[in-house]
Amino acid sequence: MTKDAILSGALLNIKVNVMSEKKLAIIATKGTLDWGYPPFILASTAAALDYTVEIFFTFYGLQLLKKDMKVQVSPLGNPGMPMPLAMDKWFPVIGTAIPGMQSIMTMMMKNKMKSKGVASLEELREMCVESEVRIIACQMTVDLFEMDASSFIEGVEFGGAALFFEFAGEADVTLFI
Amino acid sequence: MADFDQELDASGLNCPLPILRAKKALGGMTAGQVLHIIATDPGAVKDFEAFAKQTGNELMESKEEGGKFLFMMKKN
Repeated sequence: MTKDAILSGALLNIKVNVMSEKKLAIIATKGTLDWGYPPFILASTAAALDYTVEIFFTFYGLQLLKKDMKVQVSPLGNPGMPMPLAMDKWFPVIGTAIPGMQSIMTMMMKNKMKSKGVASLEELREMCVESEVRIIACQMTVDLFEMDASSFIEGVEFGGAALFFEFAGEADVTLFI
Repeated sequence: MADFDQELDASGLNCPLPILRAKKALGGMTAGQVLHIIATDPGAVKDFEAFAKQTGNELMESKEEGGKFLFMMKKN
């Protein structure tokens, strides 16, 4: 009787420990400044909460792996982006067509973030790397866009969808960004 | 004000930096030590509650004083 009680108590303990190890899987598909934040914020925060995290970067998400991230933000295709003086009514298409306008907007947004104490993308990415978030680049997309893997940060693994599912299949939270 | 072993001033930093910095600071501390955190981000209040619950580090104190949010977290 006591042996059974001890055994079931031990099994329950093991189950609880395994259950408390949560996993987060993210697919990052976008390569703009505003879309770069969600994967890095979520991954670094989850890692701080003792989650095991894996991010699979594919398509334009690969821009976020470049050593020199030159990602920009644009009101084009971003309905609902707040703009002063009701500019959102006409600016997105006409204003963005002006050469250099996107760079100006990107600089303005980066400055705003800095003044409000929001971390830069580079800093968040660094925190992810430090917290041992597993970073995987989609091999197929690298080949497709003929990207130079040496332009990526250190520690990037290369793989395909099956590699992603190996982890995502066990994940508690899986996000498509 | 209770005793603490280390202080982290996260004033002016927004989500998720207060949590990330706290995690880093706690990593360099031993079990039983207390970290005093100062933050100005109002979201940090709920964030630290969730952080304590999820990681098992005890949130001993959480209060607002002089426009800042002060936390005492004990490493488990």
